[in-house]
Amino acid sequence: MKNIDAVNHTRGTSVYADDIPVREGCLFGAVVASTIPRGEITKLDLTAAHRAPGVAWVADAANIPGENQIGNILPDETLFAENEVHFEGQPIALILAATEKQARAAHNLVVIEYDEKRAVTDPREAAEQGDFIVPPRTFELGDPDAAWSACAHVFEGRADIGGQEHLYIETQGAYAYPTEGSGVHVTSSTQGPTAVQRATARVLGMPMHKIIVDVRRLGGAFGGKEDQATAWGVMAALGAHLTGRPVKLVLHRMDDMRMTGKRHPYSADFKIGLDSDLKIRAYEVSFFQNAGASCDLSPAVLERTLFHATNSYFIPNVRATARSCRTNLAPNTAFRGFGGPQGMFVMEAAIARAGEALHVAASEIQRRNLLAEGDTFPFGQTSAACRAQATWDKCSDHYDLPAMQGDVDAFNADNTLVKKGLAVMPVCFGISFTKTHMNQARALVHVYQDGSVGVSTGAVEMGQGVNTKLLQVTSHEFAIDPSRVKIETTNTTRIANTSPTAASASSDLNGKALQIACGAVRERLFEVARKTLGLASDCRVGLRDERVTVDDAPLELTWDQVVLEAFLSRVNLSEHAHYATPGVHFDPETEKGEPFAYHVYGTAIVIGKVDCLRGRYEIEAVHVVHDFGKSMNESVDRGQVEGGIVQGLGWMTMEELCYDESGRLLSDALSTYKVPDIYSAPRTMNIESLATEGHPMALFGSKAVGEPPLMYGIGGYFALRSAVLAFTGSDALAFSAPITPEKALLALHVGSLPPN
Amino acid sequence: MRQGISFILNAASTVADVSPGMLLVDYLRYDARLTGTKIGCREGDCGACTVLLGELRDGEVVYTNVTSCLVPMGNVAGKHVVTVEGVNGPEPNMIQAAFIEEGASQCGFCTPGFIVSLAGHCLERGDRDATAAISGNICRCTGYKSIERAVARVADHLREEGVDSVSDLVRTGTLPSWFQSIPGRLTELAVDEPAREAAVLVGGGTDLFVQRPAELEDESLRFNADRKELREIRLERGACVLGGSVTVEEVARSTLLNSLFPDIPKFTKLFGSQPIRNMATVAGNIANASPIGDMTILFLALDASINLRIRDARRSLDLREFYRGYKDTALGQNEEIESLEFAGPQPGTFLNFEKVSKRTWLDIASVNTAIRCHVEDGVIVVAHCSAGGVAPVPLYLAQTSAFLTGKPLVAETVREAAVVADGEIAPISDARGSATYKRLLLRQLIYAHFLPHGISWGDLQ
Repeated sequence: MKNIDAVNHTRGTSVYADDIPVREGCLFGAVVASTIPRGEITKLDLTAAHRAPGVAWVADAANIPGENQIGNILPDETLFAENEVHFEGQPIALILAATEKQARAAHNLVVIEYDEKRAVTDPREAAEQGDFIVPPRTFELGDPDAAWSACAHVFEGRADIGGQEHLYIETQGAYAYPTEGSGVHVTSSTQGPTAVQRATARVLGMPMHKIIVDVRRLGGAFGGKEDQATAWGVMAALGAHLTGRPVKLVLHRMDDMRMTGKRHPYSADFKIGLDSDLKIRAYEVSFFQNAGASCDLSPAVLERTLFHATNSYFIPNVRATARSCRTNLAPNTAFRGFGGPQGMFVMEAAIARAGEALHVAASEIQRRNLLAEGDTFPFGQTSAACRAQATWDKCSDHYDLPAMQGDVDAFNADNTLVKKGLAVMPVCFGISFTKTHMNQARALVHVYQDGSVGVSTGAVEMGQGVNTKLLQVTSHEFAIDPSRVKIETTNTTRIANTSPTAASASSDLNGKALQIACGAVRERLFEVARKTLGLASDCRVGLRDERVTVDDAPLELTWDQVVLEAFLSRVNLSEHAHYATPGVHFDPETEKGEPFAYHVYGTAIVIGKVDCLRGRYEIEAVHVVHDFGKSMNESVDRGQVEGGIVQGLGWMTMEELCYDESGRLLSDALSTYKVPDIYSAPRTMNIESLATEGHPMALFGSKAVGEPPLMYGIGGYFALRSAVLAFTGSDALAFSAPITPEKALLALHVGSLPPN
Repeated sequence: MRQGISFILNAASTVADVSPGMLLVDYLRYDARLTGTKIGCREGDCGACTVLLGELRDGEVVYTNVTSCLVPMGNVAGKHVVTVEGVNGPEPNMIQAAFIEEGASQCGFCTPGFIVSLAGHCLERGDRDATAAISGNICRCTGYKSIERAVARVADHLREEGVDSVSDLVRTGTLPSWFQSIPGRLTELAVDEPAREAAVLVGGGTDLFVQRPAELEDESLRFNADRKELREIRLERGACVLGGSVTVEEVARSTLLNSLFPDIPKFTKLFGSQPIRNMATVAGNIANASPIGDMTILFLALDASINLRIRDARRSLDLREFYRGYKDTALGQNEEIESLEFAGPQPGTFLNFEKVSKRTWLDIASVNTAIRCHVEDGVIVVAHCSAGGVAPVPLYLAQTSAFLTGKPLVAETVREAAVVADGEIAPISDARGSATYKRLLLRQLIYAHFLPHGISWGDLQ
């Protein structure tokens, strides 16, 4: 089945938050935000803005009826700054006017004066000052201190990894209107409807049941609308509450880029020890996470960095420490991979360093240390249904890795000013929310008396195809034509207490809840069929192709008929079901447990080509063997892999967040922050599936696919690095991602810079 | 400021009572309620708001794709505006079907822009480059591979069905039948706006409407993009003359310019994206005075002069004399750039343009540079070299050009020229790179100018 939204998408008839026809009297919002990264507000004068044409209201912290607090994990984030500002773009007030233009014009009349203080943007500096969001955490396995002496080779180094702007094409936004009895209805472009509901209730000082949050779809999110969508939903709701009028707030791109957090930049120190057979005996890594100004999801991101600190490898002695460092950047947040990619980058850097020093291909070290069935991860879980070696072997055989490496070497021998590089990137990514309690979901199924079906779950459609998969589940469970099924909006009134749509797990969680709901209705329909047909209670009734079956043989009785009969017999045609992932647990005291339902594996070969004269480069090819399990939708899943790879390559190559010395974002528009365009996509991209029966914890055995492919992009960095080193003939090149054309050129010609 | 602006919006003849400085995207979404056109960036960098503009040229309607976030309503008068709603039929057309079949739409927010760009591609005559047509459309979900597969399907369809006209597109259900009525209706709509004086001259608007869209909505504007007399490319007494409103894409496709300088399309592929090239004008690029204006850098190396006009008073000026400081030019109040001219090549002349940016395509240069060199018997007889991103103005490298003139074309000359160039630039560190990088990059790009002309990398070391 193709993406069920595709027809409307291509016709421009899909509805996003900014497309909803607004109600009469709607006001439009503009957010007043800090123009400095850190300081004290010495003057805030909103008088002129208040008096500006069309302005209906200017809200700041003083107007908040409840609590000025939207923090999720920790209550450390205000909706509107009071007295102090901690990042450039921190909201201070909201202007509401009859038109968006008037709101923005009034915005320019706000007078704010600051006593600016020096901003901290380097996580290591924050760490030196002991400014942590949460206390540091350490995962340990074996005895690394004792292991070093047994290593034949020990290497140390440092890696720095840049952040990443989500650049969902639809900017953040929300539309709210007051409802009867002082409630508010919010249409929010959020991955976490419950998060918006909870924060709105807190800010308005109301119980959650007064707030309805509804989501049709998002124009891209990638983690950027998990926690960071909350503020705008709350502001729209606050505006509607204060004025009694509808309020729409959609951020302009530059505001969005300045005001919202991004993928966390990290800095890390590593130490790796290998024996003479290139087996990694010990690994020690210390991560400095750049959390930004407040907690947001940083502790959870930090945790996943630790969970993936050894990527696809078994290392018997490990110590991984991570510090979440408070800085004056916008609060950094979830982004596809959720800290895992940064952990993996450092592991791969350590292996590359060892390979370069030992004059051994990194792929040889990688191959010899891949996880095997039953190996223990540093957090205590053992690998089960492990596909690390299987995907590697198939990748190497299917694409002929030795021949590809040979071609690259031959090309480099023949060319002076153009060099190629090859890197292999294995990936092992755990599926589940690592906060165990979040691994729950609910589904509500209504079978209408005409045989059509409405489905609500907690999953939010943001392009990843979850609604398509939910429709497949329903169609399959009821054996009915997909056209009978409608996937409703995600709505907190229909489905309460949702986990955000995140962690690649939403198809599994919501799909399994949906299976349970469909199953319950189905059982009741079977009972109706037995009664209608006068069958014995142990008679094996089923559904196939819209007909009731007995012992798999189709009868005359159709889906429509049995549904109508059930209705007339006063049988419940609706079901609300609950699913909680069994078995997952994690103890943060011991830092041990079984946090993941399963792991997704895969291996990619990435080939890059560098124009050594100009420092320009391209990623020529990415060849992947991916562990889809048993894909329930090859079109959707392939799209996730392809999209993830290019997004990962962007993060590792051209996507560079630039700040000036004072901590102000310079790359604040699409003209200064570059994401891949069609010409930047790898010319060749091959994706092969590893044929397996799938995993029982995955929906229909079809493994989660949202995040893992992004990490193949890390191979892009190491492929280009290898090409640069082929030109310079040296191994002295800092591990610093992204490898922009600037970094590439400076590395290529570091010995011959112009005199100035 | 409001005035009635007549145009055809999809199938409907329309008179919009709006300010000419209002942006088309806002009119479409919030006045006309055609919400298939999306807003992603409001600076022409994402393509989510792409629409087609059709205009009469010699009795035929020529369609180009443009980003409606940079199109003022004043530039829409007398034209046909096609949004995604305008290409919809009762069933998905073959472009839409290709996207659906290949899974080329995920979140869907960018999709209408792609569909519209490809509809424009189908409407094009002659050599078609579908990838160029969507080069201004950014997708953050798919990684483009599924889009490439969909585009291949479109190409197959066009070939198999022998599609070469609007009637073919109507016959195959790619476009609604009313498209065939547009040429006649546009003829009736022909507007001949008298040129009037105004506070701000607008060409393609691709920079003005990035910089100050709100302000311009209330300004008195004069629109030059459609003035026929400013849109010609001609050869006059051996010189190429380009009207001020000639667009970058018209430069790229000009038979005349291509016959004189065959590498021009290769250079212009690095200038913005196709929608931006469809809008951006020669005069706009020059007057905007961006220190990294790609066209300007090319014209400086061509040693171009510009013809300026206020009412009936005309004067000419060497382009290199035009820039006085950052965004400060010799352009007088109400003065417009009517045309630009430069000498055609002689045998032994080579022209090269180099540009490196963070993203190779659809990006602003970190450094760009161009050179026009005339070599006779191994000696550089004339050299004009320019560089952008290394000074407050688009820089004519006067010392470097003078240094090169009369020197033998050997590695030592090139190496020393790069040193001279390094002495006459003053780059700053910004989001496009550090000053150190820009210096290194200019040296490398000067080397790149000469590498195809018998200079080896080894000799430059």
